[in-house]
Amino acid sequence: MDFTNLIEGLAGFTVDGLTKGSIYALVALGYTLVYGVLRLINFAHSEVFMVGAWTVLGVYTAVGAHSGVGVWLAIGITLLAGLVAALVSAGTALVVERVAYRPLRNKNAPPLIVLITAIGCSLVLVEIFGHALRVFFGAPFGRSAVNIPTVVPTREVFTIGNFNMSNIDLIVILAAVGMMVALDLFVNKSRLGRGVRAVAQDPDTASLMGVNKNNVIMLVFIIGGVAAGLAALLHTMKYDFAKFDMGFLIGIKAFTAAVLGGIGNLRGALVGGLLLGVCEVYSSALISSNWEDVTAFVILVVVLMFRPTGILGESLGKARA
Amino acid sequence: MTDTTPQKSVLKRVAAVPSLLGGAPQWVKVPLILLVLSFCVYLPFLNILPFAYIRTDLRPNGSDWSTVLFTIALYMIVAVGLNVVIGWAGLLDLGYVGFYAVGAYSIALFGSPASPVTKAIAAQFGLPEGWSMAFAACIPLAICIALIAGVILGAPTLRLRGDYLAIVTMGFGEIIRIVMRNSTWTGGPAGIIAVPEPPAADEDFFNTIDVHRWYWLALAVLVILIWLMRRLEHSRVGRAWLAIREDEDAAAVMGVNAFKYKLWAFAIGASLGAIAGLLFASKQAYVEPNGFQLNLSFLFVAMVVIGGSGNIWGALFGAFLITYLPERFREFESWRPLAFGVALVAIMVLRPQGLFPNRRRARELEDRKHEAEEAAADA
Amino acid sequence: MLLEVKDIVLNYGKIEALHGLSLEVGEGEVVSLIGANGAGKTSTMRAISGVRGVSSGQISFNGENVTNLRADQRMRKGLVLAPEGRGVFPGMTVVENLEMGAYTRRDRAAILSDFERVFELFPRLSERKKQVAGTMSGGEQQMLSIGRALMSRPKLLLLDEPSMGLAPMLIQQIFSIIREIAQQGTTILVVEQNAKQALTLADRAYVLETGNIVKTGKGSDLLTDTSIREAYLGVA
Repeated sequence: MDFTNLIEGLAGFTVDGLTKGSIYALVALGYTLVYGVLRLINFAHSEVFMVGAWTVLGVYTAVGAHSGVGVWLAIGITLLAGLVAALVSAGTALVVERVAYRPLRNKNAPPLIVLITAIGCSLVLVEIFGHALRVFFGAPFGRSAVNIPTVVPTREVFTIGNFNMSNIDLIVILAAVGMMVALDLFVNKSRLGRGVRAVAQDPDTASLMGVNKNNVIMLVFIIGGVAAGLAALLHTMKYDFAKFDMGFLIGIKAFTAAVLGGIGNLRGALVGGLLLGVCEVYSSALISSNWEDVTAFVILVVVLMFRPTGILGESLGKARA
Repeated sequence: MTDTTPQKSVLKRVAAVPSLLGGAPQWVKVPLILLVLSFCVYLPFLNILPFAYIRTDLRPNGSDWSTVLFTIALYMIVAVGLNVVIGWAGLLDLGYVGFYAVGAYSIALFGSPASPVTKAIAAQFGLPEGWSMAFAACIPLAICIALIAGVILGAPTLRLRGDYLAIVTMGFGEIIRIVMRNSTWTGGPAGIIAVPEPPAADEDFFNTIDVHRWYWLALAVLVILIWLMRRLEHSRVGRAWLAIREDEDAAAVMGVNAFKYKLWAFAIGASLGAIAGLLFASKQAYVEPNGFQLNLSFLFVAMVVIGGSGNIWGALFGAFLITYLPERFREFESWRPLAFGVALVAIMVLRPQGLFPNRRRARELEDRKHEAEEAAADA
Repeated sequence: MLLEVKDIVLNYGKIEALHGLSLEVGEGEVVSLIGANGAGKTSTMRAISGVRGVSSGQISFNGENVTNLRADQRMRKGLVLAPEGRGVFPGMTVVENLEMGAYTRRDRAAILSDFERVFELFPRLSERKKQVAGTMSGGEQQMLSIGRALMSRPKLLLLDEPSMGLAPMLIQQIFSIIREIAQQGTTILVVEQNAKQALTLADRAYVLETGNIVKTGKGSDLLTDTSIREAYLGVA
């Protein structure tokens, strides 16, 4: 236990953790929304995120982005990449819902079968990027990690003591929190958002109010996909790579974040994500980075055992203060 | 249900064989079982065309046939064990590879003279250099450790909802692997070498060339375990599992302690997984943490579910398919995971009860829709 | 006829709950459907509203065949069900629940005036605008459920057991409100176990027994019918 290391770099570690946690929180949104409405752990959601990262790479390659472009161009390219990634990720999520989940829902299949199907979907997506696309298009697809060009170079924004706040960390945290607030407002204040909450609370009664259940379910997959696509963009800004299996660990951790905050609860996803990110970074500062992944799993197991409803409690409907 | 398509009716007929046998008189049953068994024993030497086409080593670079047979038998043991957990008790365990790893590492840590654990014990008690525990002693030890691991994991988690249980077990499987990778006591990322082979009259009986002997060993273990599990299925415990799976609340009213029986299923499943892991480590002669990736857990679950969970024969068939097909069609090896994923989704969406479902289980699935509606009617 | 139900059969798995039931509701009418527990009252409502599909028979609304439409599509045509018991959204406030009733509408000004109307009918609800529905009493939830259905300006209001689980005082109150709603011009089909209230309210009524209509007539006539009095009104 290296406490001096942790204390000395506390501000840096905290910001690092918040940055990681912001990305977890955005991915956790997808888990939490789908779970809130369908009571389904969408195992393939981590791959929706992975697809987003590849899309960002695709956009950068298409426009020939590199770190030397001017500020305005860099912002433009980044926004474009985010937009396309959000669309492609949302599309991927929709395809999974239509091809796999909806037929099973119509058959009223037990959760075990749906979960295994979800694992199958996840595997298919991973293999498409890890193998199939390589066979048809060659590199960069395949089993190895691909470097994604830096469009927004890292800069120090301000310094407090021995801690430097970088522009990337600031962007990631602000973008994630902004997105979460916007979504929270959407679900709690808008008409469509009320429809989502209505289906989450009582699907039959919601349909009696004129809510089309399948539209709401599609909406939920789209929102989750958009958030995952934006998370992928932020991830590439911070960690600049894409890899066929990058979704797995982030997916597990985002799911942990969702459970930690209270699955089905939007604000819980944010709280859980940030908390998990900070815990992870602290633990690797205290012990060693080898054990970082165990931290997430241990937190997951402990939370599920002692407080399965999470910190803020479950239920999409009760996500309000 | 009126299935008139030929493909489905064939499946149905094949699936009915074990139960047909169950109704057959003893004088038909016993010779038939012996016949099948002796065929299995003979398999490594299978050389008569056209049957030999099932061999995997006919083309250059093909996998060694006996090794493939060994792996099939090994994974069949795994499938039989996991079938207890998933098929009978209805608990989705996504961390089964953890128990497999526990079995493998148990024999490696205590049976190998090269492991840090045996070295430490030897130094502590002044035992001679190169001391290690006997193979025979490692078996009960591995089973005990797995049972304890099963109870430690199961006791706090078995009360969770099904999908949460799946995630927790998955986390457990990963924790075990990461601990083995990071801890110096388990040899770290390099693992442990010199895992002992089973004792035999001829010291060199279990070697790396005559792999068919390993296959026979695994086959023998498999047959014994199938027999034991069949007994278990028709025992009080088996009936309790059935009751819990069908309606946990009703079972509780009838005095079935659901938690206790779930824990039993978990522990039994864990020990079977450990036996398979032990055989694997012994045959391979070394263990390393990378051999116990999470994907293996998914593979195991897929075996049970594709075959039709709840049915031992379905699980065996699933294990066979998932192990054999990729080896036989090695030229498509790189497409294997993708094909596996597509097949998994397709089978689950088109035939959620699996290829050869336990008939009771299939009926349960069929009933689910009606039950949901009837519940709605009562409301 | 506003609603025509012809020979509908409804199955729950292997169990047949309705065996070829037919009924009609005319424009401006108040029609009651009475029956004991398990007679198929709620099943009838599920079939008409579209929560459950029927296995045979036909349902037409406003001259249009709606048999194959989903519940939300039927609702958009003005066929609106206030579900039995606690069919409110427990995690939403009173106002949000009422907004859900107007989910399909875009005419903001008219919606606001409907809010006024519902709060006039149910003063209790206007006192509890911000309360979360799940924490209200059974009677208040029932009022909310009816108020919510009104928010969509139904052509035909289906009421499923509005008196269920309520104290006698409250039952009186709910029924006088239903009468008021009817007088304001809404067509109503009400399903009830409380035969006396339902028959007093109704222009016409049907008697349902184990999935079949066994009797029909004017509400006032059925009230004096001996067999009905014995079976449903507890008068020997």
